[in-house]
Amino acid sequence: MLEKLLSAPKTYYLWLIFLLCLIAGCACVYLQQLGEGLSITGMSRDVSWGLYISQFTYFVGVAASAVMLVLPAYFHHYKKFKRMIIFGEFMAVAAVVMCALFIVVDLGQPQRMLNVMLHPTPNSVMFYDMMVLIGYLTLNIIIGWVTLEAERLGVEPPNWVKPLIYLSILWAFSIHTVTAFLYAGIPGRHYWLTAIMAARFLSSAFCSGPAILLLLVFLVRRLTGFDPGKEAVKTLSTIIVYAMCINVFFYLLELFTAFYSQIPGHSEPIAFLFAGHDGHMAWVSYWMWAAVIMAFLSLAILIPPSSRDNPTLLPVALVMLVAATWIDKGLGLLIGGFTPNMYETVTPYMPTGREIIVALGVYAIGALVLSLLWKIALGVKREVNNFSD
Amino acid sequence: MNKSRRSFLKVAGLSVFALSSGMAAAPGTAGAQIAPGSYGRGESALHAKRWAMVIDTRRFAGPEDYKPLIEACHKVHNVPDIPDAQNIKWFWLDSYEHTFPDDMNTYLDAKTRSASYPLLCNHCTNPPCVRVCPTQATYKMEDGIVAMDYHRCIGCRFCMAGCPYGARSFNFKDPRKFLPATVPNPGFPTRMIGVVEKCTFCAERLAVGQMPACVEASKGRLLFGDLEDEKSGVRQALASNFSIRRKPSLGTQPGVYYLI
Repeated sequence: MLEKLLSAPKTYYLWLIFLLCLIAGCACVYLQQLGEGLSITGMSRDVSWGLYISQFTYFVGVAASAVMLVLPAYFHHYKKFKRMIIFGEFMAVAAVVMCALFIVVDLGQPQRMLNVMLHPTPNSVMFYDMMVLIGYLTLNIIIGWVTLEAERLGVEPPNWVKPLIYLSILWAFSIHTVTAFLYAGIPGRHYWLTAIMAARFLSSAFCSGPAILLLLVFLVRRLTGFDPGKEAVKTLSTIIVYAMCINVFFYLLELFTAFYSQIPGHSEPIAFLFAGHDGHMAWVSYWMWAAVIMAFLSLAILIPPSSRDNPTLLPVALVMLVAATWIDKGLGLLIGGFTPNMYETVTPYMPTGREIIVALGVYAIGALVLSLLWKIALGVKREVNNFSD
Repeated sequence: MNKSRRSFLKVAGLSVFALSSGMAAAPGTAGAQIAPGSYGRGESALHAKRWAMVIDTRRFAGPEDYKPLIEACHKVHNVPDIPDAQNIKWFWLDSYEHTFPDDMNTYLDAKTRSASYPLLCNHCTNPPCVRVCPTQATYKMEDGIVAMDYHRCIGCRFCMAGCPYGARSFNFKDPRKFLPATVPNPGFPTRMIGVVEKCTFCAERLAVGQMPACVEASKGRLLFGDLEDEKSGVRQALASNFSIRRKPSLGTQPGVYYLI
């Protein structure tokens, strides 16, 4: 099926060349980081994780979200998702690749990363995280490729792949649960020490991941004419609304426990995120408030069916939803976790330009993987006339 | 037939002899590199079931009093002096409310409140840093010391997120650039960029019969000994004085006690 990559319009190849140039440029900055160490980042002794780990966390969620297509299609035999499902699986592959790279760029000694496997440590959540991510990547590559090939040949997927699909459904939940356990089991980090962390992670993943998928599919529809099907879009946006409502509800639960108990440890990180300290707003506070506004605006559009099914309003709402969840998990989670620090004081953190460029490079690699895989999928869909209604 | 078999055996026997003698020569050299057997404690080594430290803060008049201790520690371990937030700290000072943030007593006496307190790795009985480390680069020794293998550490900094005491430092920068050409203590390794480090309770000094550098420099104001030995100095100090530990509610069981 790789030959599908050879017959594409010129603009597609220009896009690939653009991505490759971007990756090369960002790789130069990463080389600097290899030389000068993580000193080029905004991280410090007190805020020892930053943008890289937060992006890792966010994209584990994006990877897990493929299950929102796979589960209805295979557990409930919801046929309308069948056309779009491969795009979810291939997006998961790209997202896991990004996750792995975000971990690699965050390591102080990346050439030693296989130590995690050479010295397997069952009491470390990071060991399990590495295992489940590698497993999920393998599952999605196999399932995606085999089902696509079957579709191309006009046959049912082989029977042996069915158990793998059911396994991948459970596996999707496990990757984000384990990622939440990285945070939720640490004593002394008040903002993270909450039993609802995994549930929050999953709910935020199950709204933001499908939202990103829908936005990308809309883009593909405009570029190629591929139509995911009206019903499929409708159902997926309904799933997104439910997940987002649960996500917001879970965050409100955190606020209740923190502020009704009035235990300083619980409330201080949240107070810092939204109000800064000593009467000065932190830069992240503006972002957090923007997230709150966008979260509620997106819900205001998405909850009434009339505006949810409106083809112009829906993408706007999805963009706001993705931005809101990204700020919550991609900025607030890490900054709130490290502020106040272990001495209950504030050490400010802001990613540096070079840190952002390295992260951008990982985004570009994700986009490259996605562009290649989706091109293959689109080529097959066109060949077998499963391209639009 | 018989003859050929005999000659075959001859050749085979000679070959085996040649091979085995060749192999016997090779291990001779290899054996010199990897010493067989196990490693034991040195004769002069100090040992305990559970090392612990008691800091008599009442006998320190101010931050100046702690200076020789910090200097001794940082000299013995070649700790670089990096002047920003990406710095390395093994033994340092902070205020009462930052050292013991759980004790929110507004009306604490002025002397206790305004004093400086030394901070270092607590060598917890139940250390979260050891629990989270994905490569066992941080591990607990049988005598209670939480140790580090700088050559195994991948620099993921999970231990820094895990430590509730902020006891760990990451080498964001190359530490050797912040040390003089001849390091203060050539007997202790300098670290490389990209690994985590922290106080070791001077495990390397205990191994040769010396007390930790800070204890030695404290002139008796820091006690160091076996927590499981009723007759040890630390146990006697704890039995006859009021002591506190940092963030005891987290269940890590710190091995550093403060007499207030």
